[in-house]
Amino acid sequence: MVRRRLKAVLLVGLMAGAWLPAMASGDERPQRVVSMNLCTDQLAMLVADEGQLISVSALAQDSRNSTMAEAARQYPPNHGRAEEIHQLAPDLVITGRFNAGPTVSMLQRLGIPVAVFDPATSLEDVRDNLQQMGEVLGRPAQAARLIADFDQRLAMLQQPVVHPPRAALYFPNGYTRGDQTLLGDIVRAAGFRNVATGEDVQFGGHLPLESLVMAEPDVLITGSRHDARSRSEAILRHPAVERAAAWEVAHELVTSDWVCGTPQALSAVERIGALRGQLMGAP
Amino acid sequence: MRVALWLSPLVLGLFLASLVIGPATIGPGESLVALVGEPGTPLALVMQEIRLPRALLAVLVGGSLGLAGAALQGYLRNPLAEPGLLGISGSAALGAVLAIQTGLASIMPLGLPLAALTGALVGVVLISLLAGTRGGSLSLILAGIAISALASALVSLVLNLSPSPFATSEIVFWMMGSLADRSMEHVWLALPFIVVGMTMLLALGRPLDALTLGEDAAEALGQRLLRVRVLLILGAALVVGASTAVAGTIGFVGLVVPHVLRPLVGAMPGRLLPASALGGAAMVLLADILVRVILPEADLKLGVVTAIIGAPLFLHLIYQTRRELE
Amino acid sequence: MTLLALKQLGVSLGNRSVLEGADLSIGSGELVGLIGPNGIGKTTLMRAALGLLPATGYSSLAAMSAAERARTVAWMPQDRTIAWPISVEALVMLGRLPHRPLGLAPASVDRAAVKKALAAVDLEGFEHRRATRLSGGERTRALIARALAQETPLVMADEPTAGLDPAHQISAMEGFAGLARAGGAVLLSIHDLGLAARHCTRLVLLGEGRVMADGPPASVLTTDHLARIFNIEAFFQETPEGPVYQSLRVLGP
Repeated sequence: MVRRRLKAVLLVGLMAGAWLPAMASGDERPQRVVSMNLCTDQLAMLVADEGQLISVSALAQDSRNSTMAEAARQYPPNHGRAEEIHQLAPDLVITGRFNAGPTVSMLQRLGIPVAVFDPATSLEDVRDNLQQMGEVLGRPAQAARLIADFDQRLAMLQQPVVHPPRAALYFPNGYTRGDQTLLGDIVRAAGFRNVATGEDVQFGGHLPLESLVMAEPDVLITGSRHDARSRSEAILRHPAVERAAAWEVAHELVTSDWVCGTPQALSAVERIGALRGQLMGAP
Repeated sequence: MRVALWLSPLVLGLFLASLVIGPATIGPGESLVALVGEPGTPLALVMQEIRLPRALLAVLVGGSLGLAGAALQGYLRNPLAEPGLLGISGSAALGAVLAIQTGLASIMPLGLPLAALTGALVGVVLISLLAGTRGGSLSLILAGIAISALASALVSLVLNLSPSPFATSEIVFWMMGSLADRSMEHVWLALPFIVVGMTMLLALGRPLDALTLGEDAAEALGQRLLRVRVLLILGAALVVGASTAVAGTIGFVGLVVPHVLRPLVGAMPGRLLPASALGGAAMVLLADILVRVILPEADLKLGVVTAIIGAPLFLHLIYQTRRELE
Repeated sequence: MTLLALKQLGVSLGNRSVLEGADLSIGSGELVGLIGPNGIGKTTLMRAALGLLPATGYSSLAAMSAAERARTVAWMPQDRTIAWPISVEALVMLGRLPHRPLGLAPASVDRAAVKKALAAVDLEGFEHRRATRLSGGERTRALIARALAQETPLVMADEPTAGLDPAHQISAMEGFAGLARAGGAVLLSIHDLGLAARHCTRLVLLGEGRVMADGPPASVLTTDHLARIFNIEAFFQETPEGPVYQSLRVLGP
C-alpha cells in the first residue's frame, strides 16, 4: 500500500463539528496515527481500525482518569512532546484544543498533519466528536455504529421528569459545574436540575459555600472521598457541606466517566439516574 | 487603659460587620437572629458554621499577630520586627505543610498545629540567635529575609513534589493566607494554643518596659532576662504557629498595628501589648471584610490585602531608619 | 553598715584574666570613685559585682535574688540608649518598678520619688518631653534621675558625668555626695580625676588587672600611681578650696 502524504490538514479554532475537506476514504485513510490527548486517545481507540493507531498519551494508561486504561496499555505511550512524536513518523496527529500550543505549532512546522478536537461540553458533543473522529480516521461506518449505540442507550436512560430534584455538584476548591459543561449535561439527562443555574454559573466556576447552603439542594453530588491532604479538598469535609443537602451527599462520581466526552459518559448518566431513582423511591 | 476604650468597641463593631457580610444576601437583623437560633435551617447553618468561625478566627489570628509583633518589637527593641518579616510565619507554614503532606495531620488530631508550632519555634530561635543582643536593624532584616526565603522555597518544594493536583492552589494559600471556608473545628484547634501563647506574651509588659533602658539596666531592675526570653520565644511560637496552621501566612499585621498604636500609648512597650492585640484583631477583621466586599468573585487572599497596607509602611519605616542601616 | 562586699572577685574572658582577686567593701556614707585607664576593667568589675557577668569569688549583690538586688542597688550602665520615645516622666518612673506591685498604676509615693529625682538633676518641667529628643547631657541627667528614683541604699553608675557640662557635672557629684551623707553609698566609675578628687570620699584605682590602690584621694593620686598606671604627670594639692587636681602632661614612651 503506497502511503500517500495527506495535504496539510489543519483544523483551527472552530467549535465541535469543524468541517473537513472530503478525503480519507478507503485506502487513503491515515495509517500511522498518534493521539496525544486523553480524550482523543479514547475516541481514537474506539473508532480506529486494527493497526491504525500507533501511540496514545501516557495519561490514557492511568485508570484514575481513563476508562480504557487497559486497552491503552497495548500501545506505546507518548508524553505530548514534539520531538518524541516526530520520531514515531506519524502521518496524522490528533490532539485536543487545549494541548500545548507550541507543541502543535512545532509539529506543523515539521510537516506533520494535526487534527484538533474541541472538548465535549454536552452529550451532543460526544456524538459530534465521534463523527469527526470517524471522518479524520477514514472510518465513518465504525463511527456511525458507535453513534447509533450511543443514541439508543441515551434514549433508554433519559426519562422526562416532571419535577426534577435539585442537585449541586461540588468539588475541591468549591468548584461547581453548570449546564454548559459535559457533567452538567449528564446530570440534567439523569433527571436533576442543577443549582448552579440558579446561581448564574453556566460553565465551570467557584460556588461559595454560603451560596451552596442557601441554594438548599436536595442532593450534593461529588467525586470519591479524598483524604483531605490539601486545603482545596478540605472544603468537602466542612460541616456545612455535610449538612447542606436535604437528602444526602452522594460520592457518586467516577472521574474517568465524565472527564472526557466518550460514550462512557452514559455510565455516569446511568449511575446518577439510579441515584435519583433511589432517592425518590421510584425505580 | 484609654486606648482599649475605643479599640474594644471597634473590634466588636467589625466583628458584627464580619458576621453580616457574605455572598449569601441576608439582612443583618435576620442573620444575627439565625446566629443564635436553632441550628436546623440553611440560614443558621451559614451563620453558625461558616460566618461565625470566620469572624472568630479573624479575631484570634489578628490578635495573635498584633500581639506577637508588639512583643517581638519590644524584646528586640526594633520597630521593624514582626512575625511575617522575620520568617516566623514562613517557618510555621513549612511545619504545617510537612504535617499535611506526610499525613501526620490526619493521624494525630493536634498534629497540624503542633507541627506549625514547631516550625515557628525553630524560626523564633533562629532569629533570636542571629539578631543577637546588639543586632541592629540591618542584621535583623537580613536574618528575617534569609529565614523567610528558605521557608517559602521549602514550602514550594514540598508542594511541588506532592502528587496532589491542587499543589499550586495550596502554595498560594500557605504563602498568602486566607480565612475562607474555615469551620468551628479550626477554631477549637487553634484556640488553646492561642490562649496560652497570648497569656505568656501579655506577661511581658513590665519586662519590656524595663528593656527600654537596655538589657543590663533591665536585669538590674529585677527582670530575669532568661525567663523573658523563654516567654517570648514560646509565646510567639504558640500564637504564630496556631494562627498560621489555620490561616496560612498573613504578614504585616504585627508591623502595622504596633507602629500605628505606639504614639497612642506613649510609646510604652508594656501598654502596647494589649493594645496591639485589639488592633491586630481589628485589622484582620477589616481586611477579611474587604476581601469579601472588593472583588468577591476574584477570591482575593487575605495576605494580599495586609501586604498592600503593610508593605508601603515597611518601606516608610526603612526610610526613616536608613541612617542606622548605613 | 556594709552595703557592698566583694571578696576575691575575678573575671576571665576565655583564657585571659581581666580582673583578679578584687576585694572591696563599701559602707554607708561613702562616695567611691572607681578610676583607671580605658579598658582596664572598671565596667567589668561593676557588672561582675552586680552579678551581670559570670565571675569567681564572692559579691554580696550577686548573691541576692533579682528582686532583692533591685531594691538594694540602682545600676546606671554606660549604655545611654533609650529604645522608645517615652516621656521623661515615664523613663524616671521605670526606676520605681522594683517597688511597684504588678498590675497597679503608680502610687503617690512613686510619683513623689520621680518628682524628687527630677528636681535633683534639674529636669523639672521636662516631664512630658520625649526622652529620645533630649540632648546628650539632658539624657544622662534623666538616666541619673531614674537611678535616684529607685531610692536604693546603694547606687552604682558607670561614668555618670560623661557628656555633662561643668555645672551639671558638679551638681551631679554633689547630688551623689548628698546621698552618701544621708546614709547611702555610691560607687561610680569616672575619668575626670579632678572631679573624683574633689567629691569622692574614697578612690579605688584599677591597674594591671587588679585593685592597685584603695583609699582617700590623696593617698591614691600619688605621683607614682599616676606615672605607672596612667602614664601622666599631674598637679595635685590641698587648697583652701579643697583638693585641686589637674593632669599636666603625658610621660615619655
